[in-house]
Amino acid sequence: MSTIVDYNAYPDAHGRFGNYGGSYVAETLMAPLAELTEAYLRLRDDPAFIAELDRDLKHYVGRPSPIYHAERLSQHVGGARILFKREDLNHTGAHKINNTVGQALVARNMGKTRIIAETGAGQHGVASATVAARLGLKCVVYMGAVDIERQKINVYRMKLLGAEVVPVTSGSKTLKDALNEAMRDWVTNVADTFYIIGTVAGPHPYPLMVRDFNAIVGREARAQMLEEYGRLPDVLTACVGGGSNAIGLFHAFLNDADVRIVGAEAAGLGLATGHHAASLAAGRPGVLHGNRTYVLCDDNGQITETHSISAGLDYPGVGPEHAFLKDAGRADYVGVTDDEAMEAFHLLARTEGILAALESSHAVAQAIKLARELPKDGIVLCNLSGRGDKDVHTIAAREGVEV
Amino acid sequence: MSRIDRRFAALKAAGRTGLIPFVTAGDPSLEHMVTLMHALVDAGADLIELGVPFSDPMADGPVIQHASERAIARGVGLADVLAWVATFRQRDADTPIVLMGYLNPIEIHGYARFAQEAVQAGVDGVLLVDCPLEESAVLQQLRDVGLQQILLAAPTTEPSRMAQLCGSAEGFLYYVSFAGTTGAAHLSTGDIAARVADVRARAKAPVAVGFGIRDAASAKSIAGFADAVVIGSALVERLAGAMDADDMTARARAFLTPIRAALDAH
Repeated sequence: MSTIVDYNAYPDAHGRFGNYGGSYVAETLMAPLAELTEAYLRLRDDPAFIAELDRDLKHYVGRPSPIYHAERLSQHVGGARILFKREDLNHTGAHKINNTVGQALVARNMGKTRIIAETGAGQHGVASATVAARLGLKCVVYMGAVDIERQKINVYRMKLLGAEVVPVTSGSKTLKDALNEAMRDWVTNVADTFYIIGTVAGPHPYPLMVRDFNAIVGREARAQMLEEYGRLPDVLTACVGGGSNAIGLFHAFLNDADVRIVGAEAAGLGLATGHHAASLAAGRPGVLHGNRTYVLCDDNGQITETHSISAGLDYPGVGPEHAFLKDAGRADYVGVTDDEAMEAFHLLARTEGILAALESSHAVAQAIKLARELPKDGIVLCNLSGRGDKDVHTIAAREGVEV
Repeated sequence: MSRIDRRFAALKAAGRTGLIPFVTAGDPSLEHMVTLMHALVDAGADLIELGVPFSDPMADGPVIQHASERAIARGVGLADVLAWVATFRQRDADTPIVLMGYLNPIEIHGYARFAQEAVQAGVDGVLLVDCPLEESAVLQQLRDVGLQQILLAAPTTEPSRMAQLCGSAEGFLYYVSFAGTTGAAHLSTGDIAARVADVRARAKAPVAVGFGIRDAASAKSIAGFADAVVIGSALVERLAGAMDADDMTARARAFLTPIRAALDAH
């Protein structure tokens, strides 16, 4: 077990979480990153900024999101109580809006007029297009051509919100390539452009900033647990692609040594098949997208193509704080396969009337496994990070149904 | 004195501007890579930047991205790149070679192992696009064996940071002519002349200018105020699809000869 006593002390001033994180970027980006770090560190302690963010989270996003006891699901599983933090009820349907609302306010404070973003499942793209529309900022979203195909509804939503969606056809045509392309755009247009990274990866200060904006999930959940259940949960779980919803839930509990933490990565067709996106469970330390973290790559250091049924988890890296938590022994990261996620999706739909996002269905599957290991009075708190409307076509196609 | 230092000293003594071509290792072909490197030297190269292919080249434009993808598809790894350098060294002991690329292939290869193998092969320096000065502690094992870390400076670099880069520069300082990716075409020499002159006056090492230089005219416009010019995307584009060693050599010569002449006429 870990010897670290205060997880709030990370990252350090260079954005390092132990051996992970940092700023591994081209020289051209060092100045804009320094400018962003300076602005963000000033704003995060600025009462006026905090008040505006709180107002937006309450009246625009719809926070706080409730904690919901899934009684029928828990009964069906026959173990501990399963509780969901309902981030799927947020405006735009996922936790992603917590971060984009925050970063958009930072962008406006810095006088930037153009927003760029990368997206995998499209949730972050939609959340970015949403806040850009609200603040009257131009918005360009980079999205892998493969993801555009499997997330058509979200692509159309972004367009309805006034964003330009740019298909990325390099590499594996998925999230990692969209991130490369957004970085190239930023390098070229640093003067007027703000890059809203959608996950807790990328160079400093993004892993810090995105974590801070999502940490409201865990802060609320911790207070709700104490108020409604008089205790903390036995175990937390969330799905981990880049890891923003997971760190959002986990962060407020990191110093609660008795609360176990388990992240669910996409095991795709199975970890043994090589067709997965489980960077922590099956990868190794490397450098990708501006930070040192666990990556999936071959012996030549080439990043390998990943597979997951869920576009939002289909990423060969992971946020550096998760890499740090893994090495520190504070959190465990395990794989959940496409099939397990689908089974959990259906079970949740039939027992609770909730269509979870495919990403979140990985967490639901893990919550079910954890509940089985615990006594009936135990509590598993799972982040239901997004709703599944966007995935209906993917699921129908997988099951041979024409919609 | 390192091979890079000797080469720049010789250029200075002769009053010449250095020519630094960039090619992606393993593109346009595997088997003629060393032939291509010799051809670059024969056509006037003073130093060769050899690109180590990486799957996620964030700072590169489409031309070098695609060259990397082709090289990776051919199975090129760091071991191949080092083997080509070693073979090249059998016939050329003087032309410095800098490996250019991204950190992950070296990280995965292992820093100590890479340092030893690279020196043995005859590599002189590394230019790692995603390893700024702040993160360069990881390269200590490379420096320990004499590999020079080529640093980059950019138009966005703040004055205080520029001073730091100028003070830490070794081999040469690579000045990125504009904020953007490699191969983009909006070089504005008027803007950068003053900036490069300032950097050159302060840097502990010679200054090479790269990004956006594509032909004799653009090279010549830089020659007045830089110690060397770097040409990458335009050359990679010209070489792409070359059928055999002769074709490749002919293309390299046709491309570099007028640039060499323009630099020397300056």
